[in-house]
Amino acid sequence: MSLDYIMTLLKPMLEGAQITVLLFIIAIIASIPLGFLLTLAARSKIKPLSWFAHTYIYVMRGTPLLLQLLFICFGLPMLPVVGEYLVLDRFVAAALGFILNYAAYFAEIFRGGLISIDKGQYEAAHVLGLNRWQTMTRIIIPQMIRVALPAIANESITLVKDTALLYAVAVPELLHFAQTAVNRDFTIMPFFLAGIIYLLMTLVLSFIFKWIERRFRYA
Amino acid sequence: MTVISVVDVKKSFGKTEVLKGISLNIKKNEVVSIIGPSGSGKSTLLRSMIKLEEINSGSIIIDGEALVENGKYAKPQNVKNMIAKMGMVFQHFNLFPHLTVRENLEIAPNMAKMGTKAEIRQRSEALLAKVGLRDWMDAFPGNLSGGQKQRVAIARALMMEPEILLFDEPTSALDPELTVEVLQVMKELAKEKMTMIVVTHEMGFAKEVSTKSIFMDQGEVVEEGKPDQLFTSPQHERTKAFLKRNLK
Repeated sequence: MSLDYIMTLLKPMLEGAQITVLLFIIAIIASIPLGFLLTLAARSKIKPLSWFAHTYIYVMRGTPLLLQLLFICFGLPMLPVVGEYLVLDRFVAAALGFILNYAAYFAEIFRGGLISIDKGQYEAAHVLGLNRWQTMTRIIIPQMIRVALPAIANESITLVKDTALLYAVAVPELLHFAQTAVNRDFTIMPFFLAGIIYLLMTLVLSFIFKWIERRFRYA
Repeated sequence: MTVISVVDVKKSFGKTEVLKGISLNIKKNEVVSIIGPSGSGKSTLLRSMIKLEEINSGSIIIDGEALVENGKYAKPQNVKNMIAKMGMVFQHFNLFPHLTVRENLEIAPNMAKMGTKAEIRQRSEALLAKVGLRDWMDAFPGNLSGGQKQRVAIARALMMEPEILLFDEPTSALDPELTVEVLQVMKELAKEKMTMIVVTHEMGFAKEVSTKSIFMDQGEVVEEGKPDQLFTSPQHERTKAFLKRNLK
């Protein structure tokens, strides 16, 4: 097992890892704000909005992500009439699936964070004349993020690993290239390499979140 | 001059009526203590004045303007202006834990653009000096004692330059040895003729500092008057019984 062989394995796998990282970044950037909007919708006094958000969260959390990905990639185009307009690029479709799914999880995390905030915080903001927007952005959300950070970190690490589901909708990512090499060369080495690459990615992510948590810490 | 006028205010939580037609007037420069047993509605009354609770009927007039008239609230902008005339200090301080002491004081005036950053900063330093916490400007609330937190809360309320300060049991969450420092600050404010309404269990403070005491029981004002009179020769049986239980 030469170093040269490992290098030839690594090249496509690292390219695949780029797809993994790209999907992760897109999914996290889009699903966190979307999740927060869902939380607000779920807490809204407008009943249909709140009902929609709750149902959405229930469906997204209650069915497998893999099923959702398959549905978006292969199910949507089969719909009558509108189906032909819903043939999406595989990567785009998968990214959409991840965003929609993870938004539901983040919504639940944020909901927990909001519940943890004492109503005295809202009252203090009220008597000091802060409006709703100022109260949310300056008082509530910073405290909510601090409470939610460990759960967000956890969910983000799960997201890195879940990108392997791209394999199922035939988007060539890290795991895809590993599997191809295993079949071709009849060696399990690529699996080890893939594992190490995933570990490195989650390690970096853990450090980033540790850093963010330190920044949000207060006495 | 009357600054707050409460007329026949009623308020229920579900089926329980907690305010059963309260009327009272508070004049400028008065220090009014509201005393009474738990559940008498005194906190609810105080909170209604700054719209932390919405009343069901009656009127509350702030500085000649109706916050709520016959159960109908003024327009949001007017409500906001009336609330801005009042400051409030809570039993549990309600400081913002993610902001430093200084930021706790400065956030609201900065949001309201009450002056330049430098002016606001100067003011916050002066007020912290006043409550004896100048050295704690950069601390977070979590590092302060209860008495210190409450003094910060008072300074924070003063930052908005209120005409009236409302205190909702400001010393009830404090250890006895820490109540002194908070009462001291409140006494100084009283000396400076700040109009204050204080819901309190602190009979000593009510007796010595307030210029008027109101005794509430079961959602009603039972008796009101000068503290000397109310404490030494109460007229009603309920007041007598309460004072007997609470005055040592």
